[in-house]
Amino acid sequence: MATEVHVGRRMARKEDRPLVTGTGRFVADIRPVGTVDVAFGRSPVAHARIEAIGTEAATAMDGVVGVYTAPDIQGQVQPFTLFVDQEHTPPSLDQSIHPVIRPCDMDVLALTRVRYVGQPVVAIVAESRYLAEDAAELVDIDYEELPVLTDPEAAIAPGAPLLHEQVPGNVQASFDVDLGAVDAVFAEAEHTASFRFLVPRVAGSPIETRGVLAVHDPVQEELTVWSSTQTPYMVRTRIAEMLGLAEQQVRVIAPDVGGGFGPKVQVYPEEILVAHLSMRLGRPVCWIEDRNEHLVATGQSRDQVHTVEVAYRGDGTITGLRDRFLLDCGAFNPFSITCAYNTAAHLRGLYRVPAYRIRGECVLTNKTPNVPYRGAGRPEATFVMDRVVDVVARRLGLDPAEVIGRNLLTVAEMPCDRGMPYRDGAPIVYDCGDVPASFDRLLRQVGYAEHRSATREVQDGHVRRGIGFATYVEGTGKGPHEGARALLDSRGDIIVLAGCTPHGQSHETAFSQVAADALGVSPEQITFRAGDTALVPYGVGTFASRSAVTAGTAVAVAGGRLRQRILAVAGELLEAAPDDLEFQDSTVHVQGDVTSSVTLHQIAAAAAPGPAARLPAGMDHGMDESYYFVPPTVTFASGLMAAVVDVDTETGVIDVRKIVLVHDSGRLINPMVVEGQIHGGVAQGVGTALYERLVYDDTGQPLTTTFMDYLLPTSMEVPKVEQIHVETRSDRNPLGVKGVGEAGTISPPPAIVNAVVDALAPLSVEFSELPLTPEVVLDAVLAARSGRTGGQR
Amino acid sequence: MSRDDEAQEIALDVNGTKRCAVAEPRTTLADFLRDHLGLTGTHLGCEHGVCGACTVLLDSHSVRSCLLFAVQTEGATVTTIEGLSEVNAELHPIQQAFSAQHGLQCGFCTPGFIVSVAELLAEDPDPSESTIQSWLSGNLCRCTGYQNIVKAVRTAAELTHPKAGPGRG
Amino acid sequence: MKPPRFRYFAADSTAHAVELLGEYGDEAKLLAGGQSVVPLLNFRLVAPAVLIDINRITELDHVRVDGITTRVGALVRQRTIERDQELRRRGPMLTETVGLIGHVAIRNRGTVGGALAHADPAGEWPALGLLLGACFRIVGPRGRRTVPVDEFFRGFLTTAIEPDELLEEVELRLPSPGAGHAFVEVARRHGDFALVGVGAVVELDSRCRIAHIAIALIGVASTAVRAGDAERVLRGELPSTELVKSAAEAAAAGLDPVDDIHASGTYRRRIAGVLTRRALYTALARAGWERRDVA
Repeated sequence: MATEVHVGRRMARKEDRPLVTGTGRFVADIRPVGTVDVAFGRSPVAHARIEAIGTEAATAMDGVVGVYTAPDIQGQVQPFTLFVDQEHTPPSLDQSIHPVIRPCDMDVLALTRVRYVGQPVVAIVAESRYLAEDAAELVDIDYEELPVLTDPEAAIAPGAPLLHEQVPGNVQASFDVDLGAVDAVFAEAEHTASFRFLVPRVAGSPIETRGVLAVHDPVQEELTVWSSTQTPYMVRTRIAEMLGLAEQQVRVIAPDVGGGFGPKVQVYPEEILVAHLSMRLGRPVCWIEDRNEHLVATGQSRDQVHTVEVAYRGDGTITGLRDRFLLDCGAFNPFSITCAYNTAAHLRGLYRVPAYRIRGECVLTNKTPNVPYRGAGRPEATFVMDRVVDVVARRLGLDPAEVIGRNLLTVAEMPCDRGMPYRDGAPIVYDCGDVPASFDRLLRQVGYAEHRSATREVQDGHVRRGIGFATYVEGTGKGPHEGARALLDSRGDIIVLAGCTPHGQSHETAFSQVAADALGVSPEQITFRAGDTALVPYGVGTFASRSAVTAGTAVAVAGGRLRQRILAVAGELLEAAPDDLEFQDSTVHVQGDVTSSVTLHQIAAAAAPGPAARLPAGMDHGMDESYYFVPPTVTFASGLMAAVVDVDTETGVIDVRKIVLVHDSGRLINPMVVEGQIHGGVAQGVGTALYERLVYDDTGQPLTTTFMDYLLPTSMEVPKVEQIHVETRSDRNPLGVKGVGEAGTISPPPAIVNAVVDALAPLSVEFSELPLTPEVVLDAVLAARSGRTGGQR
Repeated sequence: MSRDDEAQEIALDVNGTKRCAVAEPRTTLADFLRDHLGLTGTHLGCEHGVCGACTVLLDSHSVRSCLLFAVQTEGATVTTIEGLSEVNAELHPIQQAFSAQHGLQCGFCTPGFIVSVAELLAEDPDPSESTIQSWLSGNLCRCTGYQNIVKAVRTAAELTHPKAGPGRG
Repeated sequence: MKPPRFRYFAADSTAHAVELLGEYGDEAKLLAGGQSVVPLLNFRLVAPAVLIDINRITELDHVRVDGITTRVGALVRQRTIERDQELRRRGPMLTETVGLIGHVAIRNRGTVGGALAHADPAGEWPALGLLLGACFRIVGPRGRRTVPVDEFFRGFLTTAIEPDELLEEVELRLPSPGAGHAFVEVARRHGDFALVGVGAVVELDSRCRIAHIAIALIGVASTAVRAGDAERVLRGELPSTELVKSAAEAAAAGLDPVDDIHASGTYRRRIAGVLTRRALYTALARAGWERRDVA
């Protein structure tokens, strides 16, 4: 590799111009001639048998192209079965945590039974979306309602009705982790405490909803699908599998994607069905999800109930923790133990906690299926652990900062083997830096000492200020692989292609920086493209804070290989040793002699097969290098956060004044981009902490199906974020990077809740549920003042 | 002669050009701009007036184009994100500022924000940070956490109306 | 989320609108700013056969300040009120309160008449109507009539306007120049409908006694409500923190708000008292009262 000139630099984004001028291209912006639109008829009830579907009136309507129900596609479209890599657990994981995972297939259109409100039942194709919705109102479906499960604790109770007959007790998946002499530690504990924590169901809510457009070419027998997805390769695999095609016959393009945050990792029934309909009808078929649909039909997230016991000493040292938690996975669980095991694997976070037992169960209920959302199990884990640490401190009358410091892993303990495997089967070994030193920096930055000595009252006696802390650690850059190509096109322009799929992460800029350093050119010379399965044969996608590590490494290696190839051919053309050559703009010249040069255009031509080829002896033709990076395991990013809040004790209203974060995500490729990722992550964390919750009533009806009811934070709710970067280079990839996409999201809920508790001290209040609404705060204040224990225990 | 619920001709000024297309009365302005006039920079994020992604200027004032019917804008002047700068020409100062301050990530909400900011700066060329925050609260962004958008608006204000240099009283 | 088909008529005058209402009354809906009705159409929660667009009726778009009365045409946009320099000079009660409604793009389009006719129990305009002794001029096939505010709000999203009638204008009595006012709210987020909001207008006489008091609450009942009991506690009295606290308790005492997903009725009642107290403190301070218990 050439020297690092561009990696580490704040560089303005290359992708911005189309996006700020309205000339970006999102799925809904692409409309081939002859496109027809789909509207879905979705289940209005949470659990029912489908008795009859009447489609005659809809089919007869002017402008309707076709109306399709499950029997119409039977035999042509296979159901969803669990992803192979979701079903499969590595042997070391099997031996260690004994997972039980039961299959629960999902039809693309419900055949005999619906299991959640929003489940697709009928697809109506018409000449416009307006007409499709008109026709959808004419479809008449007769439902025989069945008992509804909305509470995971009720769902696992003996005698509860079964959601899927092959899943006993409605527990779709479970596992057990058992580390250290847990029972002995509890038997000998100086203090113990028990808790129940609830992290609600929330929605990732990208501002662009999902959307799919499919065009089938019957001559080439090729299907092209544009989808607003984070995982075009998984969409390709599933479409091929379920429609009986070879993956090579399916091209999936994620064009500009308006945010993902996890829910767009899942492959959805609509993607399969729209692809099928385009083949069936011989016309381009389009479906753009509306917001109403999005809040019932797109995967929802979090939704865990934890029953926790902690053993601790009088000085606040935590000696053991036992947890049993339920993840409400909704009516199907396409991601199996992914989020639940992330919770278990990350729960102790940066704290030592030598004895640890946790059991996770994914429980089926009549709700929208659960999928990963930014953090994917880690915000839940961190909420539990950092609340526990705070409560332990306050119950002992100790300063929470002191108790945090006492339990944090030290630099002497790094690399730290946590005694259990990661989801990929490799042992969890933290490669974090000096965490206590980072905590000290955080305390100084937020002015904690001054806060401790100041009065908490900031206004008229009814507004009080508090500071709370939380931590995070995250395995980032998970495999299985990601690939990149670096090539010269016929004009000699440098093209870099990757299997990752950006939807806001600035891949074009960041990976141009990486490629520029690998090649020894400027980022402006690189044309970067991604998000199209035709570019790189194998790929995965962008989620789980993985692209910088995986695709970044692939780009660096492929770029380095292309540099070697360019220099070798240039050496041949210039009759010089490749080591004596250097790049300048679009030429390569002999060092110290710019007159002895060849252009990249000439080099590309010399590498092409044919009579004009001029290659070093033994070198194959072509100027196209590939590399697939298969990481050994994840690399651990980490950080510590402080929240400063003002609490109105008369109304319970919380004003988050500031978030301060010291984080370590390894080498930064572009600090501006990293800061942006953290800002956005924090905003989502603030949403989870204070505003967002998907509410279902007892009949399984979702009550938060609009943006009037599901509350995303606005510019008035999101505080300023101060960031301190610590760069402990990873030794698990050649760039030394760690992932950062999820970092900001994980810690805000416990940091903010702990800050509210601090603001209200000396009232002894405790909170264990999110979101922390003004009402919950006010109830706690009033209860504490009336002598009862305030808050939720 | 068309029926009053059937498609009819709608003529208006969009980004300085007279445009005319045929649409049903129920066609929202957003769908009209996107599907009938090919101006897909106006995005739809919620279609019930909360997210602000579809914001356009109607006779110089920001409006949700999902909450208007195209037929209502007959004869009106509409400015969309595409109207702020010419193709391949220099970006509008607000567009420059959003890029310079990393005020966008996925870019889906960005046209709505930029159009809203255009109205803000027309009304208040030197808005305070709290004015900006309050003004922007009608546009949802899920990526940026807003901090860099607020900075971008300040930068845009400075680019549009450069402050007096040092030494002036 | 595309609206269902409807017949569309753009009325070019009040008379034309009345004529159309006469013809289509029950099956028609009026389209003013559209900030409430168009979402309902997009969700297909309403499907009127006919939409009568009144946005081109220029005679409904006027603000006339005449002594103590101000006449506001039904089609005046919220943003017009908010930016009206004369109203701001006259006393910023209207301009400030209207600034609490939604967001700029909503206020650019939303109309005074639409907000009053929609009568959302958490909307600011119904409370302003109560506080400023509104009189509603309504026109329909049976002619014009004037309805005082006490008879205007009939229940949840229901007013005295009949399906074939149109609100033309609202007449408001602005507080006198020496009066103090306040409108305070708690909302889940900035710009959301308030969980609870309280507006107050106070005038002190030359001996610093409360000569005029009006308090209205939103988000606590099926309509905006006057806090009559609290007003009685205050009227004619010399302001004091004790008095304000009693008034606030009186304001909250009779309320029985309902639960929704954003807050329980209990919470709303609790903060109704708090917000009444805060509104009164601010309004009294603006009316010239110097509170002595704080430094």
